[in-house]
Amino acid sequence: MQISGAEILVRSLQEEGVEFVFGYPGGAVLEIYDAIFRQQQFKHVLVRHEQAAVHAADAYSRSSNKVGVALVTSGPGATNAVTGIATAYMDSIPMVVISGQVSTPAIGMDAFQEVDMVGITRPCVKHNFLVKDINELAATIKKAFYIAASGRPGPVVVDIPKDVTQRLAEFHYPESVSIRSYVPVTRGHPGQIKKAVNLLAEAKRPYIYVGGGAVQGNASAEVTELVKMLGVPCTNTLMGLGAYPGQDQQFLGMLGMHGTYEANMAMQYCDVLIAVGARFDDRVISVPSHFLSQPKKIVHIDVDPSSIAKRVKVDVPIVGDVKHVLRDMIDLLKQTGQQVPQQHLANWWKQIEEWRSYNSLLYTPSTEFIKPQYVVQKLYEITGGDAIITSDVGQHQMWAAQYYPFKRPKQWLNSGGLGTMGFGLPAAIGAQLANPDAQVACITGEGSIQMNIQELSTAKQYHTPVKVIALNNRYLGMVRQWQEFFYGTRYSESYMDALPDFVKIAEAYGHVGIKVENPADVEPVLREAFSPALKERLVFLDFRTDQSENVFPMIQNGKGLDQMDLPPHMRDLQIAPFENNRDYGNMC
Amino acid sequence: MRHILSILLENEAGALSRVVGLFSARAYNIDSLTVSTTEDPTLSRMTIVTHGSDEVIEQITKQLNKLIEVVKVIDLNESDHIEREMMLIKVRATGKDREEMKRMADIFRGRIIDVTEKTYTIELTGTSEKLNAFIEAIDRSVILETVRTGASGIGRGERILKI
Repeated sequence: MQISGAEILVRSLQEEGVEFVFGYPGGAVLEIYDAIFRQQQFKHVLVRHEQAAVHAADAYSRSSNKVGVALVTSGPGATNAVTGIATAYMDSIPMVVISGQVSTPAIGMDAFQEVDMVGITRPCVKHNFLVKDINELAATIKKAFYIAASGRPGPVVVDIPKDVTQRLAEFHYPESVSIRSYVPVTRGHPGQIKKAVNLLAEAKRPYIYVGGGAVQGNASAEVTELVKMLGVPCTNTLMGLGAYPGQDQQFLGMLGMHGTYEANMAMQYCDVLIAVGARFDDRVISVPSHFLSQPKKIVHIDVDPSSIAKRVKVDVPIVGDVKHVLRDMIDLLKQTGQQVPQQHLANWWKQIEEWRSYNSLLYTPSTEFIKPQYVVQKLYEITGGDAIITSDVGQHQMWAAQYYPFKRPKQWLNSGGLGTMGFGLPAAIGAQLANPDAQVACITGEGSIQMNIQELSTAKQYHTPVKVIALNNRYLGMVRQWQEFFYGTRYSESYMDALPDFVKIAEAYGHVGIKVENPADVEPVLREAFSPALKERLVFLDFRTDQSENVFPMIQNGKGLDQMDLPPHMRDLQIAPFENNRDYGNMC
Repeated sequence: MRHILSILLENEAGALSRVVGLFSARAYNIDSLTVSTTEDPTLSRMTIVTHGSDEVIEQITKQLNKLIEVVKVIDLNESDHIEREMMLIKVRATGKDREEMKRMADIFRGRIIDVTEKTYTIELTGTSEKLNAFIEAIDRSVILETVRTGASGIGRGERILKI
């Protein structure tokens, strides 16, 4: 029996087991929306802006093991989706975005709501397709899901002209797909794995550096097992948080521009570094030449060969799925009984404990102003450290990363690569739909939340009781911090004037809004927001936080990992520089 | 350093723009690019001449391989290879220049493929250096027009780029 292209699309999505499609209708996708209307298998979530559709689908994917799906119309619908697509691309999130297109004869005619979606998204997708032949539609959807989720994951755009959705064809969904020009590697080279293990067996100051690849690659169990069996220190990148449990003693915290003192110092002074699904980006190692000025052997495990030796030359590249490679490493270590030399390791830990003892995340408490760090710490306590946290971009994002030690992977959802303000709220909605029983909180700021605040309406419609934790300091905080440090306190356009009454906004959308101005109220209000009475409600907490608070430690542009700007309490300390062969005999 | 890359890719709409887009997005250089279908109509063969440090060339090859439609990439510089470029050059050929131009074309093993009272059009094939040498060898002021294809390359002997 012949069915329409729109029906073929819907049937294909059903075949893929899609639960939710996040989207927004329009002229070019009317046929598809009609087919959606006539089916019950998946739910459509109507957002209020296409950017939010893509962020919600992205977070749905980040917080589960499924491929997120977004559906937008041609022209402005498609261009609105681009920020969301680029966000997912930078963080390697598997997603399929379907965009409507004008009918094939109208393509290139500057038709109403026409835009070259395949051209516009080409640099920010893993792959994209324009489907001109209805007979290729089902196979293209199959390929799109396969490409999105395999290898290094990423978003795939499928652009479908309106006439293709209207024409008729037989529906056959392919059972499998093989693409001769695309064969992702899974297993690492055994010889390279052996070299890596041998390096560890000679290491004096080993360190394991884990990025988002371990989260996306579901390798958290293997990371934890390897770190535990070796007894070595471990750090996570912003994208890797949760891959190794944040409260564990062997975890040194996040590293990078706003990483802990101990995580960054260990990164600089380790002698054998195992990088797992991480890419040595500028916000992590800052300047490559300074990072490499301290000699170290680097093992780099990544599924994407182009991530290896991009910014930093490595000694042992291992291309493969991190989960498989780590499993092979663990098996080899068990088989050979190789270990990290214990005396050296003990000394290394003494050094690390000294660095850790400075407590670089210490901040000055206040009874007068609400400290943003305090809010995040209380949130951690009250949610038992179990909530799924989404964030926007700025100071609040860094405080969330620093003060909420994530227990498990896929618990922390943020736009790490692209740094997209406006990600947090739609992401929280997507995460809540993927995890209906979880507590979901969006840590945001008064700047970021206003970039997609219309999604409060979506949250109402779909009953997603997320808690919005707005750290409202009446500034674009990170911009203000940079202006304070590097632009002589000239706060150019970073003050958020004419702010709305967020409580009234929340109420207008049918939610609960609470303003918090007194530090003493932080804990009780958070308890109330997470109480059974408000379990089913979206609660918008507008915390008026200390305007002058800055994020520390901080590595300035052009500085090295061991040249951090330290928090006030560490500035007067006489910290001895690292010495390679120091005697730790009398310490600790 | 100059490198000559051979790329086998799916003969699909948009594949070329992905390759070119990659070079501009990542600020790599393209000195020349040639592309056409192969004996297998589903595949295109592309030759890109580029330059950059070893690290940059390594990244270019990796990034090219990452493109879904790219089947294989080889750096022809890694072993013996042959490269050829074709040039069509139209020159003023009057008076004493007419005989001189014919002689130069012969020396460079070029062929005159179009003749008018005042002009010759010469077809010349060889390495890019040879074509440059021809341009250097003749009087600049007689050149009316040049069209060059960019280099095409192939490995010597048994070295084959195939699926």
